[in-house]
Amino acid sequence: MTLLEAIILTVITASTPLLIAAIGELVVERSGVLNLGVEGMMIIGAAAGIAAAITTGNSWFGVLIAILAGMALSLVFAALVLGLAANQVAAGLALAILGLGLSGVIGAPFVGVQREGIGKIEIPYLSDIPFIGEILFHQDPFVYASVALTAGVWWFLTRTRAGLVLRACGENHAAAHALGYRVLRIRLLAILFGGGCAGLAGAYLSLVYTPFWTSGMTSGRGWIALAIVVFASWLPWRAAVGAYLFGGLTILQLHAQSAGVPLPSQVMAALPYLLTIIVLVVIMRARRGGAAGPACLGTPFVPDR
Amino acid sequence: MEKRSETPLWLMVLSPLIAVGLTVLAAIIMFTLLGKDPARALYVYFINPISDSWGLQEVAVKATPLVLIALGLAVCYRANVWNIGAEGQFLLGAMAGGWLAVITHGSTQGPWLLPAMMMLGALAGACWALIPGVLRTRFGANEILTSLMLVYVAEYLLDYLVRGPWRDPGGFNMPQTVVFEPEAILPLLMDGGRLNIGTPIMLVMVVAFAILMGRTLKGFQIRLVGEAPRAARFAGFSEKGLVLTVFAISGALAGLAGMLEAAGTVKQLQPGISPGYGFTAIIVAFLGRLNPVGCLIAGIFIAITFIGGENAQIMLRLPLDATRVLQGLLLFFVLACDSLLLYRFRLVREQRA
Repeated sequence: MTLLEAIILTVITASTPLLIAAIGELVVERSGVLNLGVEGMMIIGAAAGIAAAITTGNSWFGVLIAILAGMALSLVFAALVLGLAANQVAAGLALAILGLGLSGVIGAPFVGVQREGIGKIEIPYLSDIPFIGEILFHQDPFVYASVALTAGVWWFLTRTRAGLVLRACGENHAAAHALGYRVLRIRLLAILFGGGCAGLAGAYLSLVYTPFWTSGMTSGRGWIALAIVVFASWLPWRAAVGAYLFGGLTILQLHAQSAGVPLPSQVMAALPYLLTIIVLVVIMRARRGGAAGPACLGTPFVPDR
Repeated sequence: MEKRSETPLWLMVLSPLIAVGLTVLAAIIMFTLLGKDPARALYVYFINPISDSWGLQEVAVKATPLVLIALGLAVCYRANVWNIGAEGQFLLGAMAGGWLAVITHGSTQGPWLLPAMMMLGALAGACWALIPGVLRTRFGANEILTSLMLVYVAEYLLDYLVRGPWRDPGGFNMPQTVVFEPEAILPLLMDGGRLNIGTPIMLVMVVAFAILMGRTLKGFQIRLVGEAPRAARFAGFSEKGLVLTVFAISGALAGLAGMLEAAGTVKQLQPGISPGYGFTAIIVAFLGRLNPVGCLIAGIFIAITFIGGENAQIMLRLPLDATRVLQGLLLFFVLACDSLLLYRFRLVREQRA
């Protein structure tokens, strides 16, 4: 394996959780709901996933539980913002705080337990192709899932009637309501999908990326996923570009560190966060006056009777 | 669910109390699930911290930074500006104040040192908060994300300083600065405790902000921009100017809190200087209904759970994160109960729209 191959492989592993979480949040925001609690749902997925995997000894069961845990937490959020029309920003913050706390309680008994991560799938014959084979056809299942998820969401949003209705809810919920669509129910489904994706992304962190539990292990990735959605102008394929850009920068920083770049390690560690800020600024500048997010993003909807 | 035309006063007072009640209920369930005696756990959490004078002092010490930060955040949230990076502004304040204490270390200084440290801390916090403020007003970048990202940057900056240039040469390589000189440490209010002059400063700020928000034109502008942005625009208030103002105010308060914490309680700089005050203060601000006096009451309550959580960790072996769960739940219940204020709920039979 060459160095370039190794770098590309690590970039893919670093980008996959970002992509999965960002795609989930993208659907939520397209339906007009801003869920800032991605970080909380992600880390609860990571904690619940590894807890279930260690207790049962089955990694796939852990993945399932992680998705369910993410969904469960997003259901709490949905009850608050849909059922009680609460402030979405504040409710999302509450979700992030609650998720971080709960994950600590769930993960406490499993600190330091090492376990085998989920292995990679080798696609016969194709993976023998030099260079491309190793990168494209010898990956863990999550990587393939993330690509499938991106394609699926793109197809759903732009090519299906249900996707159109979901976008209508995000652009003008009053009009969608007047047409007879159940705005709240559609948003509930979108929120649950987002929660499931965040949970899955968390499971990737604790079951594949670093196959053990440390508290606070998402270290801001949920927030970066939110930034990626803005960066992507709410388009699925651009979210993939964004996720790989951020993943690449994270890895670049690690390599620069080991290559002995004469900068304090803290500067390098802070780089992804600084870059997020810079990217947000640049993208907003470039988009001056252009398309912003869904028109009803973040506004509560109360059906009048 | 229908909108209320006006909110009765009794509901405004009652709703945070209902939220607290629901949280206690959730706490009982959680303690039982974790296999602890709920009655004893509740006692440790809520009663033990306020049962002796030492505990009461500790509550005041913890409440001081929480209330200070929450005051600023409440102003921001009133104006619909979502500064969630108070933790970073807190750290910057601690660093700026600490810097003065570190460079003057070893030489005798006059009584000007502490006020200078306070000014510097507040200034640094305000500058750090102005970054997301300017990014929002100039470029339209989302202030939620930028302010949060700056928290991580501030954490690494502090980490770098206390491991690098500012490390105590005689500190056995521990990542911390020298212990501040007595002139750079906040005077205690009474002997044999930890209560320092930070607490009265906080109380003065509460009064000042109650007057600012309730009685001045600036306060009215801030509230108007948050509640009716169109009306504010017609009235000719500069929205950009107000966004920058509220960011600067909240940053300055968080920075002041950070400096007071560094010079009062910790007496040196070290990476773990804040147990998440900046984030917990968000809960305090909402629990206090974004009202200065409310923030004071809420800050005291949250401080009690902070101490209770520490005690519970020692006495009941409850994980410290259990406290965070309770605080997160509390914020949830507060937001849920706020809906009771805005809407009237009636049972209606489901009908197709």
